[in-house]
Amino acid sequence: MDIDGAIGRAAPESGGNSPRHRIDAAHEVRFPTREEYIDVVAGLRDGGFEMCADLCAVDYLTHPGRTLPDGVRAERFEVVVNLLSLSQVRRIRIRVQVPAADAVVATLFNLYPGTEAMEREAYDLLGIVFTGHPDMTRILLPEDWEGHPLRKDYGVGRVPVQFKGAPGPR
Amino acid sequence: MSDATASERPEDVPHTDTVLPAPVSGTGYDEATDTGTGRGLIIETSEGAQELFSRKETEPDELRREAGAVLRLPEGVTINADDIDIEQSDDETMIINMGPQHPSTHGVLRLMIELDGETVLRTKPVIGYLHTGMEKTAEELTYVQGSTNVTRMDYLSPLHNELVLSLAVEALLGIDMPARSDWIRMLMVELNRVSSHLMWMATNGMDHASTSMMIYGFREREMVLAFFEKTTGLRMNHNFIRPGGTAADLPDGWEDDVTVICDTVLPRLDEYDELLTGQPLFRQRSEGVGNLSAEEALALSLTGPLLRSTGVPWDLRRAMPYLRYDEVEFDVIVGTFGDNFDRYSIRLNEIRESIRIIRQVIEKMPAGDYRVQDKKVTPPPRGRIDESMEALIHHFKVFTEGFKVPEGEVYVATESPRGELGCYLVSDGSPKPFRMHIRGPSFVNLQALPLMMRGGLLADAVVACSSVDPVMGEVDR
Amino acid sequence: MGLEDLQHNFLTGRLEDLVKWARTYSMWPATFGLACCAIEMMSVGAADYDLARFGMEVFRASPRQADLMIVAGRVSQKMAPVLRQVYDQMMEPKWVLSMGVCASSGGMFNNYAIVQGVDQIVPVDVYAPGCPPTPETLMHAILTLHEKVRTDDITRRGRAGGLELSLSSDEGADTDDAHSPSNGTTGWNPDRPDAVHLGTPRRNPIIARSVGEPL
Repeated sequence: MDIDGAIGRAAPESGGNSPRHRIDAAHEVRFPTREEYIDVVAGLRDGGFEMCADLCAVDYLTHPGRTLPDGVRAERFEVVVNLLSLSQVRRIRIRVQVPAADAVVATLFNLYPGTEAMEREAYDLLGIVFTGHPDMTRILLPEDWEGHPLRKDYGVGRVPVQFKGAPGPR
Repeated sequence: MSDATASERPEDVPHTDTVLPAPVSGTGYDEATDTGTGRGLIIETSEGAQELFSRKETEPDELRREAGAVLRLPEGVTINADDIDIEQSDDETMIINMGPQHPSTHGVLRLMIELDGETVLRTKPVIGYLHTGMEKTAEELTYVQGSTNVTRMDYLSPLHNELVLSLAVEALLGIDMPARSDWIRMLMVELNRVSSHLMWMATNGMDHASTSMMIYGFREREMVLAFFEKTTGLRMNHNFIRPGGTAADLPDGWEDDVTVICDTVLPRLDEYDELLTGQPLFRQRSEGVGNLSAEEALALSLTGPLLRSTGVPWDLRRAMPYLRYDEVEFDVIVGTFGDNFDRYSIRLNEIRESIRIIRQVIEKMPAGDYRVQDKKVTPPPRGRIDESMEALIHHFKVFTEGFKVPEGEVYVATESPRGELGCYLVSDGSPKPFRMHIRGPSFVNLQALPLMMRGGLLADAVVACSSVDPVMGEVDR
Repeated sequence: MGLEDLQHNFLTGRLEDLVKWARTYSMWPATFGLACCAIEMMSVGAADYDLARFGMEVFRASPRQADLMIVAGRVSQKMAPVLRQVYDQMMEPKWVLSMGVCASSGGMFNNYAIVQGVDQIVPVDVYAPGCPPTPETLMHAILTLHEKVRTDDITRRGRAGGLELSLSSDEGADTDDAHSPSNGTTGWNPDRPDAVHLGTPRRNPIIARSVGEPL
């Protein structure tokens, strides 16, 4: 391919804002229940979603009134799985509601071994246990840490800071 | 399937395989006055259940998994744990600890390696030594301040982190970016890819014991960093790409500076090619080492040069373009064997492709705004603050309270030098993110390490680690 | 050890200067690069900002062979015991340079995960601010440390070369105080601010001492 040669496509509009250059962020989102979760993901994997791009969890304690489609009951935690299909070049997002009292979800390790570290991180920072995971231990925090920092009822842990020049403890 | 939870781990059994010997009684060893060379600090720095356990203490399922069986076996075939190859008896495998302070682990990565002589059997990376709580901090910072936080995650390519956060915020805001800001961002991001890969070549060469490569890589990198300093004000952690555009326009004469960089780096790349690729020792050490197959890579969610080295031609800039990557010509470099040499070639050639893109950007850079003119998002130009009260108020609001982002959630991903860098952003309508999760490519790519190291020699472990190119800032966040 | 127990007089003065000169100009850093500052530290050791001209290009991986620990980067809670262990394994005389704002004070990360200043764990000799400090800043910090070592009185109690924790010379060896982390205020004398006093000395301290001039 020749840098100085013809590009072979329409010349870009320079100076214009154009929606076609916005990053494609409109992905399909599905909301299975905890019981259907594994089956839905397995179905998607068979349907061409070869890779699990990301698995994370969100704590909605301080924002309970979020918009969800009808029939989906909002719980405190959500486990969000982003799947990627290389063959179809598209992404899909799965959001599973997880109640606070019983923060347990099945593991995706058997479908996507790459979720091992991601699920450990969700457990470590938010306290959601993934049943069937081969190594459900903390990954980012020291082993004897108590609490799950990313939860909304866990403080940031700020240390009060004096302005310098003022007497007193640091 | 056995449930190996933390409670089943024998936490207080001292590891008899660790390097320091047990204290001999009768020599006056007193734990109270032990200044740290005895067992006290092993206990203090031990991470309990997160570590690798000796074979006696390991479940057979895990042994099977660590043998790579889970990923390599076709369906229906089972492996008996007793069949797992190890000629000597159990007592002769040694678990050694590489880490977290180690010259070759590319940051604070701790590797617990089970060795049978010089052969690596099982590996367990223990991470978290750089955990900074950035995702929690992000919930306390406004979107304007957010890029100062994320930029320190992958500190070798900080502009990529800023870019992915800005793209996520702009997706939620639903604004259209001016063309010039896209092209400026592309220029900075590709220059950052060049500097990140040069840094990788330097450290990789160092891990292969080529100290001259280390010096050369840094020499080139300094040129790129000098340009960054001229444009953004900082050599690293720039906080330049912000939601709404970039912080400032490119300085006058930037075309000449960037052309000089391109013209200097390209011929020198040929020299490095000759230095490393032409060297039989380097080739022997990297060819056939650290093999990965495409199925394993996809199963482990690997992306970036690791995935491309196995033959899968997946590059987000080509497949799911963002910014203006669909308007520039570049090749996606794909390997064949999935070994270290493939990854080295991929990264070397990606520098060439990035320089190609940069040259096209120089030609095609349009005139226009470098940030969106939406008053609610972008602060006014500094000069106007003196003249207009409204501008002053807007400036104040944007920098103290921040701008509100509509409620919603979005996942955007870009191609960083290490792989798919993604940002999952949840907004509740306030000026601070409700939840910001960055999908760090190195965090996921590190899962390939046990697979790459198994069956290899200890010396290859160092190179395998380097070939994955982990940046612990984004692994631990 | 050794020289600290001797009386300070004309003969040992010469020997002291020789020892301090040697310590200054072959001070080997231990690799303790943690985060972004580690990259700048590597840049200082590389071609453009060559650290080898100060005798320091040899970054020893083993703490037993290192003199200077440059804590480059943010220290997380999980890393803190490791940091202390590496510090303890270093042999006397040793110095600590806290590089970057994260190591000096926690930096921009005032949260649960980061130790707010590495001087909570180890005593620090020089702090280098910046995020990350440019290589010039780091070199200035290193040179400041060199001046401290070269011009300071090593027969004074406290770690050799360390001013913050120096006690009066009559006190006996007290290893705990010498190695305990500083709370930042002991030993700092506002009448003799060290950071201003040290720096490139304008007079040759050997000559100054021999003619009775105060340093």
